[in-house]
Amino acid sequence: MKTAVIVFPGSNCDRDMAVALETVAGRAPAMVWHRETELPGGVDFIALPGGFSYGDYLRSGAMAARSPILRAVSDAAGRGVPVLGVCNGFQVLTEAQLLPGALMRNAGLNFVCRTVPLTVENSQSLFTASYNAGEQIDIPVAHHDGNYFADAETLDRIEGEGRVAFRYADAVNGSARDIAGVLNDAGNVLGMMPHPERAIDRAHGGTDGLRLFEAALGVLA
Amino acid sequence: MKVNVYVTLKPGVLDPQGKAIHHALEGLGFGGVADVRAGRFIELDVADGTSDADLDAMCAKLLANTVIENYRIERP
Repeated sequence: MKTAVIVFPGSNCDRDMAVALETVAGRAPAMVWHRETELPGGVDFIALPGGFSYGDYLRSGAMAARSPILRAVSDAAGRGVPVLGVCNGFQVLTEAQLLPGALMRNAGLNFVCRTVPLTVENSQSLFTASYNAGEQIDIPVAHHDGNYFADAETLDRIEGEGRVAFRYADAVNGSARDIAGVLNDAGNVLGMMPHPERAIDRAHGGTDGLRLFEAALGVLA
Repeated sequence: MKVNVYVTLKPGVLDPQGKAIHHALEGLGFGGVADVRAGRFIELDVADGTSDADLDAMCAKLLANTVIENYRIERP
């Protein structure tokens, strides 16, 4: 399993993501700088980590979405390579139009940093196959701009197509329909505000994030 | 040539920052403010003769996120 973590100036969860990928895949990921124009050959899993790429200038994820490596990420996503965007990575994926909607300032205006319960809505995707539909899992969030927005028509469509992967069990940030994670139409791109890579070790206080990586990296739990 | 770009949230998109500004204005004793919506103002210094189409593309591709925002281009 060859994995890659895209690193932007201002990424700060790239190391945590790398630890999660190495723990589960048994091999350290390639760390790919945003100025690169190509991914390492044969990459079969790409992660966009959390952080504050480009200092959140203009809009969260806006500058990163236009960086050179995103063209390669977009091409890989089009070929069916799994792409996981967490937190700022989710913002980048929406800004790059690889996922629908946008992430706006939290409704309460506060930075929210705590472990929150999520409901697994879709347990059929390559990222969520090791969970049960309706299962509640605990995953940390840490964000200021996690308020998911899309117009009603888009929300109806993604819900109808089973593309809501996770929902907040309790309101966290004002997200439309409490959406915490969204899949693309092909199901190989997942964006989520909560941080599964921060819940893979007992020392983290929980391991509910581990199964996401096990499913996505094709490792049996 | 200076070009002004105004980026505003689309009608119907909740604006928590505008709401907070509104509350702060009320806290300062300014009554009679019905609503506040915050946006972004971007000043571009572009080559003379830059086409409308290019300016429009700059807005649509980067300066505004058209999922949530509208933009208005103002030439001098």
